[in-house]
Amino acid sequence: MSAIATITDIKTQNIEGKVPMDKRSALEIESQDATDTYETIGTPRVDNAKMSARHVNVFYGEKQAILDVSLDIGRNEVLAMIGPSGCGKSTFLRTLNRMNDIIPICKVRGDITLEGEDIYKSDQDTVMLRARVGMVFQKPNPFPKSIYENVAYGPRIHGLAHSKAEMDEIVEQSLRRASLFDEVKDQLDKPGTGLSGGQQQRLCIARAIAVSPEVILMDEPCSALDPIATARIEELIDDLKEKYTIAIVTHSMQQAARVSQRTAYFHLGKLIEVGETKEIFTFPKHQLTENYITGRFG
Amino acid sequence: MQTTTVFLILIALCVISFYTGRKRSQIVAMQHGGLDTLHSLPNHYGYMAAVWAALPALFVLLVWMGFESSVLHALVVGQLPQNIQQLPPDELGLYYNQVQGFARGAIDSAQLDEAQISAAEYYIRTVTSFSQMKATLVFVVAIIGALLAIRRVTPVFRARNHVEKIFEWVLFSSSFVAVLTTLGIVLSVMFEAIRFFQIIPVQDFLFGLQWSPQMAIRANQVAASGSFGFVPLLVGTLLISTVALLIAVPIGLMSAIYLSEYASRRFRAVTKPVLEILAGVPTVVYGFFAALTVAPFIREMGESVGLNVASESAMAAGLVMGIMIIPFVMSLSDDIINAVPVSLREASLGMGATMNETIRKVVLPAALPGIVGGILLAASRAIGETMIVVMAAGLSAKLTINPLEAVTTITVQIVTLLVGDQEFDNPKTLAAFALGLVLFFVTLLLNFIALHVVRKYREQYE
Repeated sequence: MSAIATITDIKTQNIEGKVPMDKRSALEIESQDATDTYETIGTPRVDNAKMSARHVNVFYGEKQAILDVSLDIGRNEVLAMIGPSGCGKSTFLRTLNRMNDIIPICKVRGDITLEGEDIYKSDQDTVMLRARVGMVFQKPNPFPKSIYENVAYGPRIHGLAHSKAEMDEIVEQSLRRASLFDEVKDQLDKPGTGLSGGQQQRLCIARAIAVSPEVILMDEPCSALDPIATARIEELIDDLKEKYTIAIVTHSMQQAARVSQRTAYFHLGKLIEVGETKEIFTFPKHQLTENYITGRFG
Repeated sequence: MQTTTVFLILIALCVISFYTGRKRSQIVAMQHGGLDTLHSLPNHYGYMAAVWAALPALFVLLVWMGFESSVLHALVVGQLPQNIQQLPPDELGLYYNQVQGFARGAIDSAQLDEAQISAAEYYIRTVTSFSQMKATLVFVVAIIGALLAIRRVTPVFRARNHVEKIFEWVLFSSSFVAVLTTLGIVLSVMFEAIRFFQIIPVQDFLFGLQWSPQMAIRANQVAASGSFGFVPLLVGTLLISTVALLIAVPIGLMSAIYLSEYASRRFRAVTKPVLEILAGVPTVVYGFFAALTVAPFIREMGESVGLNVASESAMAAGLVMGIMIIPFVMSLSDDIINAVPVSLREASLGMGATMNETIRKVVLPAALPGIVGGILLAASRAIGETMIVVMAAGLSAKLTINPLEAVTTITVQIVTLLVGDQEFDNPKTLAAFALGLVLFFVTLLLNFIALHVVRKYREQYE
């Protein structure tokens, strides 16, 4: 009960000062809270899922951040997650490679599988999981090391290269895939923190793909970048889906529309609607989704 | 008038000048058609008046206080009979001290002669008039300063910039005080040290392997061959500090890592203050602990495995000193490790690195400059530490790198040389200053090396 009460609090905070219509739809959700069942509209499940989440609930101490979310990420697709701030999309993203484990008060209930294997099973090695499910963060966070060492960091800790030549190869390949190599090939020994914001973020992507993950999670990767750097990262995401499965959280609906095949709309910890990106943006079925994408909400 | 009273009145004058300056600026502004015709806010004009009242007056006060006693001395001595003025300086000094003492009521008149008593009366008169002159002068300067400032209140005068500039100068001179003090300490030690080196050659001091600071008081005295080789002391100091750092750095650093990366908030809230209490224990108490508990323990341990351990050993002193400086290393490292951005840890963990790998390869390199700073502070504490060593490591200046033997350190020798009778024409006493000077340079060198290391290996993060 207290969890529900807290969520209600968050809701009123979020909604305060908005038009009455939004308040009404919020009240509808509230009444759904009481029974704690709701139906995600659209197609949360796909046939060839790379990762799938079933009835996932996430708690931060007493607060419930995610309510009963079931969602598949298809093989080699880009899944965009959108929604107003505090809707739980980043939290959900972080459950996919267990980055939430770092936060002691965070509890995850439900099933999440990667290639059919439960990643929350008791003997799951988070180190191996995170090598398979990589992550790119909101703010570019290169290590205070050289560009080369930044990319070589992952392969080194996982023992992927057996010689200097192999490591050089991995570093070059990763930088090429992140379309950064030509810009930095003469300054691989310079600190990664000296690059521009967009270059730093591509360096972080290169670093993530250097360990050959199967899935890449991106948490608002362009929110700290200018439009030109953003365009380059978006192009890159488009190329990367040939090889990887990508889940991206974004605040920019244009970005979601440009890069993703499927889009999921989160609202106050619930997965409201999910479907083909084109359809979500042209014919949203749920009132909340429509409000959000037409800019009337959040 | 007492200096304190002068000071209080000066503050009052400042406050008055502030309000007068502010009022004046408002009046001037009204004459020119409103407050916005002024360049600066009325408060700035007020500050300007206050600063001009305070600073020149303070300067005059300081100068006065600096010269007062010597002027007084010259005046009083000028009053004395010719035959006493002709006395040698040290006898005259004694004579003058008696006059001063009588004037202050510390000495009975029975001990003094006629001339001294009249000199004392003159002394008292002069002091009184001096004090009135001082107060008057200071107040006049303050009032003139304030008036000059207030006269300059016009709409075009840039009081804000003026005040800012003055504050910058005040801040600059404050920072200069620290520099001047350091310089003063170095110079005062250096002059005595130079006198020492005039008797004992520098190379004998720097490279001599024997330290026994005895000087013959009379000729052909037994065991009077003094030798001032400082190497055994340096080795002793470095030996004990090394033992201390070998204890403190790993334990301090690892506990800092545990506290900042693994410990629960509650454990941290309890442990950190408790560990910091260690820093507050007086070193004398550590000395007891070292001499009465640790030293015998090490001796027994050593003997049980067949080692010959001195009852006072470098090991005992170093060990306890190490425990003493753990909090320095820990507390500073902990703060620095906490300051490493969470995003770097997330990046590393997100790639599948373990906690251990993340700490070793990302967190520690990023925190290195601060950690080295903490270790350096601990090292200078260890090198400068005296009490524990006096009590636990002995006084014998043996040239050895065996931590199980008794050694002595630079600071301990400075203390022993300056305890008891001091003779400032004897190298035995002067040696203390030479040691002080060398200690200063050793610490300086360590700082320099550490700075260099940090600059070379630092990883800059935003």
